[in-house]
Amino acid sequence: MSDAGREFEALLSRPSPWLAGDGPSADLVVSTRIRLARNLASMPFTHRAREEQLQGVVASVATAAAATSAFHDAFLLRMNEIGPLDRQVLVERHLVSHELGDGARPRGILIGPQERLSLMVNEEDHLRLQAMGSGFQLAEAWAVADKADDELGQGLDFAFSEEIGYLTSCPTNTGTGLRASVLIHLPALVLLQEIHKVLKSVMQVGLNVRGLYGEHSDVMGNLFQVSNQTTLGQGERESIESLDRVTRQVMETETRARERLVRDARIQTEDKVWRAFGLLRYCRSVSAQEVINLCSAVRLGVSLGLSGLCPLRVINALLVLTQPAHLQRHYGGELTPAERNVYRAQLVRERLAAVEGK
Amino acid sequence: MLCQICGKNPATVHFTEIHDNKMSELHVCERCAEEKGLHGDAPRQKFDIAEKVAEMINSAMTTDEERVGHVQCPRCGLLYSAFKETGRLGCAECYNAFQFQLRPLLRRIHGDTRHKGKAPARDGARVSIARQVQRLYDELQRAVAREEFERAAEVRDEIRRLEQQEREARAEETR
Repeated sequence: MSDAGREFEALLSRPSPWLAGDGPSADLVVSTRIRLARNLASMPFTHRAREEQLQGVVASVATAAAATSAFHDAFLLRMNEIGPLDRQVLVERHLVSHELGDGARPRGILIGPQERLSLMVNEEDHLRLQAMGSGFQLAEAWAVADKADDELGQGLDFAFSEEIGYLTSCPTNTGTGLRASVLIHLPALVLLQEIHKVLKSVMQVGLNVRGLYGEHSDVMGNLFQVSNQTTLGQGERESIESLDRVTRQVMETETRARERLVRDARIQTEDKVWRAFGLLRYCRSVSAQEVINLCSAVRLGVSLGLSGLCPLRVINALLVLTQPAHLQRHYGGELTPAERNVYRAQLVRERLAAVEGK
Repeated sequence: MLCQICGKNPATVHFTEIHDNKMSELHVCERCAEEKGLHGDAPRQKFDIAEKVAEMINSAMTTDEERVGHVQCPRCGLLYSAFKETGRLGCAECYNAFQFQLRPLLRRIHGDTRHKGKAPARDGARVSIARQVQRLYDELQRAVAREEFERAAEVRDEIRRLEQQEREARAEETR
């Protein structure tokens, strides 16, 4: 097995570190992500480049990355050298996008230690640098991405104009090429039917709201991805500070809503949490969507301090572990949807039993 | 700069219109922008203005859409009409080739067309001087509009100092 193959197996054996549930405000914000889009000045953008040009991009990015401290210990996976199931695993872990996941052209991903930093090569843009962190830590994630970007810029000639900034394949990213986002859990606002009002005000200040799996994905498990929308006319820090400020307001609103739930509807809330836990603990067949929704209720219970449930990291890990590709990789072979539901139920029961009474 | 409609208040709303490849600019104050129906409700005003401007530009452009569609990037060969279909540019040079079409589009998407973020580490130092100068020119205009001439003189001196610094940096590079 190649080094990259070994690293990949090691990565699969542990949950995504951004799901560890140990970052700041992890009871509200599951994870933080900073993404920077960059292109090489001398090459056509990915969708207009020829096969050998794309291979050239992979080679020069890999060489430049090897010389940085940020990617010194990273490993490179080439998308055309791994199977469709493994590509899907990377999508489920939020390491690669759906676009990169198709694997047909010379594309790759560099994954750094602890999946803190990763770098997609030949996605919509030649480089998509990504820093992920557990909980709410925009400033920290930005510092990591910013430094890695500077280091990469020493060895690569990025397409850049003084007037309009970094030149990207899609004009929605032109300028900073920055997408800063937080994955935030808002069950109380949903239960109290105040979520639309809150999301509307978030969108009114120019931020974007999407589901767990990014663009066009449905909202599941009361998990919302909030991100900046504009990349021109605003510096990186300004965009990040604005997202930070709005996220704090939303967190505050959710916290107040949780307090109201406990004060005005304690029994109903606890009942909902424990019923969800009971279903997860004893189910015999369950869909991925149902797991996410049940996990949402249990997450709420954990953050309200109900004792006897399970640690946040266990619930967080289930969100990704029970997705189809992870499930089949864990099983060690392909499963039909019906078989998956049975195996998923078994896995969830085992995970919860393992931490019972601890 | 003063509003070009009333000539009284400082112009804080800026429009750029492109017609037959000629660019014209309009600088107006908040109140005149509102009177001319260029304002939406307060929290969304930035976006509503951008959309209205884009509508203006698009309506100007549809008359010669046929011609605009045939603009081609000299480096990668992408036609503007193809970009309009896919929403993806072909290479860095496309930004130059389609600059007259892209500027209103960028303004519609972002509400602005000027980069205010970081620059690649390689030419970071010089670009940051250029950006500082740009910011100072903005401030100079504001100071003049407010008739704060002492401040304006200070800003002008600072601009001169930075421009000198930049010239020296360039000379250093070519040496």
